Amino acid sequence: MATATPTPKVNRIGLPILEYRGGKSTLCAGCGHNAISERIIDAMYEMGVQPERVMKMSGIGCSSKSPAYFMSRSHSFNSVHGRMPSVSTGAILANHQMTMIGVSGDGDTASIGMGQFVHLMRRNLPMIYIIEDNGVYGLTKGQFSATADIGSKLKTGVINDLPAIDTCAMAIQLGATFVGRSFSGDKKQLLAMLKAAIAHQGTVMLDVISPCVTFNDHEGSTKSYKFMQENDEPINEIGFVASFDEIDVDYDSGQIFDVQMHDGSNLRLRKLHEDYDPTNKADAVRTLMEAHESNEVLTGVFYIDTQKPTFTDLLNIVDEPLATLPESITRPPKSALDALMHNLQ
Amino acid sequence: MATGDLALGHERGVLSAQKRVTNDFSINVATVNGSGSQSANSVLLKSIFGMGVPVSGKNLFPSNIAGLPTWYTIRASKDGYVARTRDAEILVALNPETAKQDMLTLPAGGAAIYEESFNLKQYRDDVACYPVPFDKITAAVCPEAKLRKLVRNMVYVGVVAQLLSLDLGVVEAGLKKQFAKKQKVFDLNFGAVKAGFDYAQEKLVKHDPYVIERMNKTTGKIIIDGNAACAMGAVFAGVTVVAWYPITPSTSVVEATTDLLKKFRVTAEGKATFAVVQAEDELAAIGMVLGAGWAGARSMTATSGPGISLMAEFSGLGYFAELPGVIFDVQRSGPSTGMPTRTSQADLLSTAFLSHGDTKHIVLLPGSVKECYELGCAAFDLAERFQTPVFVLTDLDLGMNNWMSDPFAYPEKPLDRGKVLTAADLERLGGFARYRDVDGDAIGWRTLPGTLHPKAAYFTRGSGHNDAAGYTEKPEEYQAIMDRLSRKFENARKAVPAPVVVKNGTSKVGFIAYGTTDFALAESLDQIKREHDVSVDYLRIRAYPFAHEIHDFVASHERVYVVEQDRDAQLASLLKLDLPAEQVTKLRSILHYNGLPLDARTVTEEFVAKEGL
Repeated sequence: MATATPTPKVNRIGLPILEYRGGKSTLCAGCGHNAISERIIDAMYEMGVQPERVMKMSGIGCSSKSPAYFMSRSHSFNSVHGRMPSVSTGAILANHQMTMIGVSGDGDTASIGMGQFVHLMRRNLPMIYIIEDNGVYGLTKGQFSATADIGSKLKTGVINDLPAIDTCAMAIQLGATFVGRSFSGDKKQLLAMLKAAIAHQGTVMLDVISPCVTFNDHEGSTKSYKFMQENDEPINEIGFVASFDEIDVDYDSGQIFDVQMHDGSNLRLRKLHEDYDPTNKADAVRTLMEAHESNEVLTGVFYIDTQKPTFTDLLNIVDEPLATLPESITRPPKSALDALMHNLQ
Repeated sequence: MATGDLALGHERGVLSAQKRVTNDFSINVATVNGSGSQSANSVLLKSIFGMGVPVSGKNLFPSNIAGLPTWYTIRASKDGYVARTRDAEILVALNPETAKQDMLTLPAGGAAIYEESFNLKQYRDDVACYPVPFDKITAAVCPEAKLRKLVRNMVYVGVVAQLLSLDLGVVEAGLKKQFAKKQKVFDLNFGAVKAGFDYAQEKLVKHDPYVIERMNKTTGKIIIDGNAACAMGAVFAGVTVVAWYPITPSTSVVEATTDLLKKFRVTAEGKATFAVVQAEDELAAIGMVLGAGWAGARSMTATSGPGISLMAEFSGLGYFAELPGVIFDVQRSGPSTGMPTRTSQADLLSTAFLSHGDTKHIVLLPGSVKECYELGCAAFDLAERFQTPVFVLTDLDLGMNNWMSDPFAYPEKPLDRGKVLTAADLERLGGFARYRDVDGDAIGWRTLPGTLHPKAAYFTRGSGHNDAAGYTEKPEEYQAIMDRLSRKFENARKAVPAPVVVKNGTSKVGFIAYGTTDFALAESLDQIKREHDVSVDYLRIRAYPFAHEIHDFVASHERVYVVEQDRDAQLASLLKLDLPAEQVTKLRSILHYNGLPLDARTVTEEFVAKEGL
């Protein structure tokens, strides 16, 4: 009996999902980070992003190892603890035609990397910045990080007595233009959020709660699978229709908040919290602060601004990548030097 | 009416015996910082230059915005010496706080021009005194009271010009250049110069020996500071991404670079072919430089010692992950904040080995403004060729002071962008291994992000990797990379700028130095020859790793004095690490580290004492 080799399913640029995969993960089985890598693969595949047009960046930590586990066809840079933002800034300046995705952790961002994080947000550098947030340091075996909630408990019984840094509230205040929180266990929400992130121009800051099965998944933890399943409170339901999808979007009012993305895609946020306006910074920050009071973990897209110029817009850089400009452009002519010398005589 | 020349004939006690001292003296201008004295000092310097007389200027300024003492010394030297001298023969005292002390430090036979009310004559009878009512003269030419503080300095330029017999037309031309497009500002300032000149002509009787006479030794020369020269080097190397954090004395490197980029690197449509980012700190600045270098852009930063410390972690990553980038370090006195506005050469060891683990860096060491330009430019080629951070070490003395130089030459060779594979190359080769030494030069090929080929990507990391850029903790794979990095560094000996050697073939004694120490050494060699009839050979190092000529030089001498501007003999130490054991004992040190630029006499005295001449 003759069998035909089944043609693998391909995306809009003709690539099968296999071409978006990475190396085998060395993280713990069940680690939330692996699920996030999977969603990144799905989102890039579904959006039809050319893998060679992507730069994967990271700092140091469990989270920062994960770029090795997705998209092997993309250049990647696993840099220095807490310093991924600066390396990413330099790389984007060298080639702003690239799509950049950075993976950080709660330690890498909210402690050692806080200085660079805030300035990255402030610049609105065009990149997707993901915090794989589990509230603990994994590689050094389970110390609290600065996003651990007050009152949460380590396996050893140690109680955290310092308040958590809300990286989303910070990112909104500082100038990121797409800010959201999700949960590694919520496939649908995370995928939609990532696809919208790919369509966005500017800094996307996603804090993804990603339980650490080894050091922070026990009773008393506020970053465990169980805690998230019980306390995850979506602020909106995310629907994303890419520019190339042939689906008409109804622009109805009421509980729907439609955002036209820069590339023609549509982001539809179905309001689950009454009157929540994701274009109002003050509202967004207030809502996040109130959620802390009531021990809710709000998820969803908290803030979006599709109009604010990005850092490369502000620098008014030519369309071509700076990295590959020819010598005829980068080295001024002899007449330029002669004129300078003449003025110094 | 007494002109400068005629007045020389006057009998004035102790001064009468003096001979004319032409084109060979220093002027010390003592002012308060923030008083706008910089432009006046610059006009005077350029006026002497305009008279064809070799000249150099040094600004000794406090770490302060306004209100503290500042001294500017101008040295005119017919022989072309540009080092600091211990004594300045002429004092211009405009700062009441330091006037008495400044007066007391004048050498006998010197001259003092000072604000009348300071009454400095009471302190010295062996100095020619020229009291001048600066405030009165200024008020007369500058009706606007708030501008007087600035204009007052131009009055001194006029007085000095007259006393030294400077051609007023030359001063006028220099001033015009300074205030190129601001006629009103020029008028006001030249009015003040003229008023000072006229006052001196009418009221002062020249009774000191110092004069400027026309020469032709500055024809075709330029005047520029080292930081501006570094900026030109970077721009003519095609720098494209600049990330920095302000720090004295390096700030003007980036400011000058930015000005040049705005001038030469904006398209007809008004778009920038460059990016300059003021980073949040030096950690971010070097991170941006290496990120840009990784993605293929020519990138740089400029900093000083404290910034170098902050760049340590990233420098190790740059070395191990093999990322290009250029770091200008304009050295200042440390440790810690040290003396931020004073010069030093004490960052040599910290930059050569900057970071953790086994790390060593290519360090270029310019010894003049011309070399700031040339080595500044070469640094970018070396960084991309050797895929590594390259440091360019200057210092405050070179960077922030004005120096006379031959004009800079346009680069002869095209840019060397190093070993980069394109998509077509990958198609032909069928792939590549990022850290494999396929050419035997210990340098792997790299690809840039965005190269449209399925085999273009590789994973860059600071952790252990094998030659295919895969993660490894295998002992032999890690060691193979470390050994290749060492071979690469060894190969750089032949590629970095060679030392400059002055040798007569018979001398058994040699000097070794680098950077601004050269200014003092050039003069000290002449002093030693003239005063002791001893010829000393001299090798000036221009880069680390050390070229083989440096080993040869030490080998061919019995004693070698390493002269440097730091306390711990850092250059000598670095040489000792590099030289064969039997050569090490030949090295002696002459050290200078008080924050002031080295002077020739210090070298000569110490050499003479050590040699027992």
